[in-house]
Amino acid sequence: MSDVTRSTAAELGRRLAAREVSAVEVAQAHLDRIAAVDERVHAFLHVDTEGALKAARSVDEARVRGEELGPLAGVPVAVKDVMTTRGVPTTAGSKILEGWRPPYDATLVSRMRDAGLVMLGKTNMDEFAMGSSTEYSAYGPTFNPWDLARIPGGSGGGSAASVAAYEAPLAIGTDTGGSIRQPGAVTGTVGAKPTYGGTSRYGLIAFSSSLDTPGPCARAVEDAALLHAVIAGHDSRDSTSIPAPVPDVVGAARLGATGDLTGVKLGLVREFSGDGAEAGVGAAFREGVEALVKLGAEVVEVSCPHFDYALPAYYLIAPSECTSNLARFDGVRYGLRVGDDGSKSLEEVMSLTREAGFGPEVKRRIILGTYALSSGYYDAYYGQAQKVRTLISRDFATAFEQVDVLVSPTTPFVAFPFGSRTSDPYQMYLADLFTIPANLYGGPAISVPCGLSEGLPVGFQIMAPTMADDRMYRVGAALESAVPPLTPPPL
Amino acid sequence: MAAISREEVAHLARLSRLAVTEAELDRFAGQLDVILQAVTRVGEVAAADIPPTSHSVPLINILRKDVVVPGLKRDEALAGAPDTADGRFRVPRILDEEA
Repeated sequence: MSDVTRSTAAELGRRLAAREVSAVEVAQAHLDRIAAVDERVHAFLHVDTEGALKAARSVDEARVRGEELGPLAGVPVAVKDVMTTRGVPTTAGSKILEGWRPPYDATLVSRMRDAGLVMLGKTNMDEFAMGSSTEYSAYGPTFNPWDLARIPGGSGGGSAASVAAYEAPLAIGTDTGGSIRQPGAVTGTVGAKPTYGGTSRYGLIAFSSSLDTPGPCARAVEDAALLHAVIAGHDSRDSTSIPAPVPDVVGAARLGATGDLTGVKLGLVREFSGDGAEAGVGAAFREGVEALVKLGAEVVEVSCPHFDYALPAYYLIAPSECTSNLARFDGVRYGLRVGDDGSKSLEEVMSLTREAGFGPEVKRRIILGTYALSSGYYDAYYGQAQKVRTLISRDFATAFEQVDVLVSPTTPFVAFPFGSRTSDPYQMYLADLFTIPANLYGGPAISVPCGLSEGLPVGFQIMAPTMADDRMYRVGAALESAVPPLTPPPL
Repeated sequence: MAAISREEVAHLARLSRLAVTEAELDRFAGQLDVILQAVTRVGEVAAADIPPTSHSVPLINILRKDVVVPGLKRDEALAGAPDTADGRFRVPRILDEEA
């Protein structure tokens, strides 16, 4: 039997359906892989061995009974620790939630269970999804399987690394400013941010509610599309969930894999062509564009003049929303409580709890958000950022009148060494330069590996109009078919 | 000129219910100053007559059907609390002893 941990999710699903391999065997092979390598990678904060084997057994039993099962039944998945999982520890990478076992499942967790996916465990992340390296996780960083001295991206570095290290064929991430796509780019994996509102936020521990979007991580574009199809769709428990059919993302990925992009127009954003990206990243990206042109795509230069202001607008909007969302961590209903010795007031206990429970980046953003929302500053900061957000959305709308998708490098630089961007927090924020515009606009965007720079993976970003998620999968699968596959060195 | 002073950071931390240390205040004041100088650039955009976007999905008044669905049981809701008493969340005192 070939090593099932090297298989794509689509192929695993077919072999499971053909009963060449059982779900228990597949789960056990991945649990063994985690046991063998995760001490070095640290992709997981919690491995749910018992739960995974139990779920796998129930899929095998359903198959024996002849029940009709979905294409991913029995396929393992790793879940970012920001999604609630009933009875399974959920920390969001923070000490303030250490030991918490949620009393309910996130919608997408229940949807995956209903589809027969087998959850292996919860993956590491920057605390409350704030960061681009996992260095802000309260439980220590995840290590990039390509080079263990380098960051795996963030905030969803654990999910991306678990997939890159063959610990899981699929993972769930969340993308607020690039937290699925940038880790995908620097680990040589695929990461897709669906249209905002296309995937439910119910059970996602909120950071920035108008931006947070759950989505799939995988080693292949079709696999990401298969997982996307399972988790997407309207959820009445999320008031911002879009009540419309999910685009045929799986069909689009299969169409793209045929390698024909005749008539597809790619937009190159003029404002991204400056000195933002490292030379090696720019070169790999241009090779990706040339590969797509050979498949029949046309390239058109477009102008999105307000993209230059996306990063500043984001770092006002996201901290403002985070200030409000993180107010719920008050030491009353769940998580940590510090200093409650009978002599202190509620306010003192709250302040001591939050001081002890939150790490430095979370504190910086709470303070920044409180500032941006203060009376006297509101109009100049948060209010102005919301107006800039409108202009960025208009830039997208104008661009999509001329082209089908926009393309860019996913992140300006390859995986950087640990510690190189933590002393100046703004240097860390620059990792999100190319990913943030799509979050502010709300449209879908995917990162697909397109080559190497200095021996490290480079991601190619494809952005599409709102609810046209199928387009990014088509172009992404075409790119994947046209560039050599990337395989990390053995661990 | 600094965009934000150490005193302002201390005030904002208090508003945010963060009992930050003196060392953190020193560090955060400098770091927040760098961040604020960078994000202040949004002010360069002429946007006086542009409507703000709070949200990218134009949905309004989305209401669910008014039907009873099972919710969390009391014990489940209390299970993660740091302290409970008599089937409720227990909190430290809110008013001063003298009050």
